[in-house]
Amino acid sequence: MARRLERIDRPIKVLTEDIYALSSISNMLYVAAPRILPALLILMLPLLSPSGYVDRVVILTAIYGLLAVSWDFIALSTGLVSLGQALFFGVGAYVAGLLNLQFGLPPLLTLLLATVLGASICTALLAPCLPLRGIYFAMTTLVYPLLLARIIEATAIMGGTDGLVGVDSFPNEWVERYLVLIFLLIFTFALRRFMTTDLGLVLRSISDNDQAVRASGINITAHKLIALWLGAALGSFAGAYFTHLYMFVGLSAFSLDLSILPIACAVVGGIGTLAGPVLGAFILVPLAEMLRDLGTLRIVAYSIVLVVLVLLKPEGLLNYLKRKYEQVERWVDV
Amino acid sequence: MDILTLNDVSKSFGGIKALDGVSFSVAENEVLGIIGLNGSGKTTTVNIVSGFIKPDSGQIKLKDKEITGLPPHKIAALGIARTFQTVRPFHNLPAYKNLIVPLYSPRIRKFTASGRWGDRDAVALDILEEVGFERDSYVPYKPASTLPHGYLRRLELARCLALRPDLLITDELFSGLSTAEVSSMVPLIEKLQTRGMTVIMVEHRLRELFRLATKIVVMDRGRKIAEGSPSAIVENSTVKETYLGAEL
Repeated sequence: MARRLERIDRPIKVLTEDIYALSSISNMLYVAAPRILPALLILMLPLLSPSGYVDRVVILTAIYGLLAVSWDFIALSTGLVSLGQALFFGVGAYVAGLLNLQFGLPPLLTLLLATVLGASICTALLAPCLPLRGIYFAMTTLVYPLLLARIIEATAIMGGTDGLVGVDSFPNEWVERYLVLIFLLIFTFALRRFMTTDLGLVLRSISDNDQAVRASGINITAHKLIALWLGAALGSFAGAYFTHLYMFVGLSAFSLDLSILPIACAVVGGIGTLAGPVLGAFILVPLAEMLRDLGTLRIVAYSIVLVVLVLLKPEGLLNYLKRKYEQVERWVDV
Repeated sequence: MDILTLNDVSKSFGGIKALDGVSFSVAENEVLGIIGLNGSGKTTTVNIVSGFIKPDSGQIKLKDKEITGLPPHKIAALGIARTFQTVRPFHNLPAYKNLIVPLYSPRIRKFTASGRWGDRDAVALDILEEVGFERDSYVPYKPASTLPHGYLRRLELARCLALRPDLLITDELFSGLSTAEVSSMVPLIEKLQTRGMTVIMVEHRLRELFRLATKIVVMDRGRKIAEGSPSAIVENSTVKETYLGAEL
């Protein structure tokens, strides 16, 4: 007897669509819980962490989370696969470092300026590559951070191989702990909301069928620039934060890890969900730290976990959890 | 008055002459049918008019304005909308959200004035109803990826109508549709014409096309071989020889 897996929406999922979500407390909780609980949990982390070391890991996780959301946003909105998240990170990191050391601007101001300036610089650098698609765009983005790192190394500008040392740290440890988490949450929720606006829908359509978008009277290059700028802004923010966290910026800000790990986070968490990459980061980054005791074998264990996760849940963990939350599954005879 | 004029337009892909000195014009409120065998240059003509391909030589004029070589979005903004031969909707979005894209374009944004969330949805549902989506059903709200082919063709047409075009170009709108589906779409094209729209139809379904068209252009290997009213085309001996054969 042939069987097939039937998926049906849970009654409460149907009940909470549109305005009916407000019809009872349980309906409201059903809608709000998956959003509020993870947010609360993330905000509790600095309070729960037993040591400064764990604190650092949480902050690093959030920084990688931002890079992963940035990657996912660019992929979701334009269909462009970026292999150069390190470009955004590095440019943001160096801009923040320079502004602080050269002009003595306070960290909170450099953070803001580095986000805006860094995003603009990255957008200007990548703008000529926007007509490229798929693997061609990916390859050019991969090259940029390596190129900038070599330029800094060869010309010894901006500290050369020594990097910029003595950057100011955040005013106090609570700002340091919380700012990045709060911004991670704000950016993630804001971008998810943004993708449902009309402009967000237009951006999403570009990845579906850019020909039809052009035939609909929309300048796709201009819209790709918007998406790229927003994505780059998130990455630059992450880089600038890193600079003030370690009071240092060097060539490592352009390292390949920063381009690859965000993609792994997005793949594990669920591509195209924006929140999934955050989930992925909160799994993969702490995992990498936990495996440090293994020494050289660390990367092996890490890779195995990554491969198993992707093989078991190719749709991404968030999509999997969402389905379980919204639907019941059962086998039926056909 | 002519709304669109092609003057001696040529285009080669490598060694193949896809278009070889094609000239024709479309008068306002006319329904022009373009027919021809596969590879005769019909879709190339559509792509050149809509800006997706730049011609090697020749001019294209919309009313008095030269539009040769303008990018697709600028041509769409001037009022030329086109459908695509292979339907590829924005498949992640519900059907009615597909129309947000043209409704968001600079040409239309000023009509759906405030642009607050929801305004465009209402307009989108109106347009979908017009092309034959049942308004009070779930169909307009379904993801475009789950719609059957007939609805996708209608959705493609709706995407064009949302641009409020002066000139609508359909590239094999009827292909892949059942006879019943085609007969239900014919009145729709007629309605658009009575409303003052000019239509260019690239079509293989000759029976329906000859009923709708006021003028036919016949193409063969990149050249225009005949032009005239449907009845004259049917009698034209060159056309009979190269294309229509025994069919009519």
